[in-house]
Amino acid sequence: MSILNGLEVGQVVAERAFPITRDSLVRYAGASGDFNPIHYRDDVAAAVGLPGVLAHGMLTMGFAVQPVVDWLGSDGWVSDYQVRFTRPVVVDAQAGAVVTVTATVGAIDEAGARIDLSAVFDDQTVLGKAQVRVTPLA
Amino acid sequence: MTVNPDLVERAFPPVAPYLVGREKVREFARAVFATAPLHHDPEAARAAGFADVVAPPTFPIVIAEATLQQLLAEPDAGIDFSRVVHGDQRFTYSRPVVAGDELTATLRVTSIKSLGGNSMVTSESSMVDARGEHVVTSVSTLVIRGEDA
Repeated sequence: MSILNGLEVGQVVAERAFPITRDSLVRYAGASGDFNPIHYRDDVAAAVGLPGVLAHGMLTMGFAVQPVVDWLGSDGWVSDYQVRFTRPVVVDAQAGAVVTVTATVGAIDEAGARIDLSAVFDDQTVLGKAQVRVTPLA
Repeated sequence: MTVNPDLVERAFPPVAPYLVGREKVREFARAVFATAPLHHDPEAARAAGFADVVAPPTFPIVIAEATLQQLLAEPDAGIDFSRVVHGDQRFTYSRPVVAGDELTATLRVTSIKSLGGNSMVTSESSMVDARGEHVVTSVSTLVIRGEDA
């Protein structure tokens, strides 16, 4: 019995809080090759007028889908994933930042389902039109 | 500086093939909090029908990066890198990426728009495997903030 059977639109399938630290940003910079210093240097971030060191948008996109991946297990895979970067995630050197992700069934069809993500930091959403297309694994 | 509208018609050569390594997949997975066994354990991946560990959904950005550099490096592109912000991103797959894949990416600029003093450049990086079959397309919109923005 696949996890994709019996879903209902509006159903929350996963929810998870991600505590992000400066260490997370350095780790993502190394793994992705994106060494833009606004993601790890306060002086550079300030010099270009940012409110602080920001998480890579692609880091937020990268972890926001993980609750869906974990929920799917080996019943399905992510065949399409899109987001709009609407607000930056400012990562304080000491306190870090917490981004809370909620994954909700947005639509169901013969090919699988569309899962809509909300990603909230500091009471505001940071991703827009965050949609994950999940397809059953044969 | 304005973005050169001729970029839309331009043909870019494919970038050098990228060999997806098992340890790179694990490293990237750790960086995006991807803890599922499919990303780390070849046995778990094989049990699910894959040849090796499966890359997390956003992994192809590592490969797309080389094509975005190609775009920014065009001498007449008119793109000031210091004013670039990532606007949106999409990955559309034909099949998951797994360790051992050799992916070749080709850049295409699909649209250039102006909006409120900013320019929005949308480009896609289409990736094929060693047999020439489509695996994934990464679509990125870069927002180039205007001088006053």
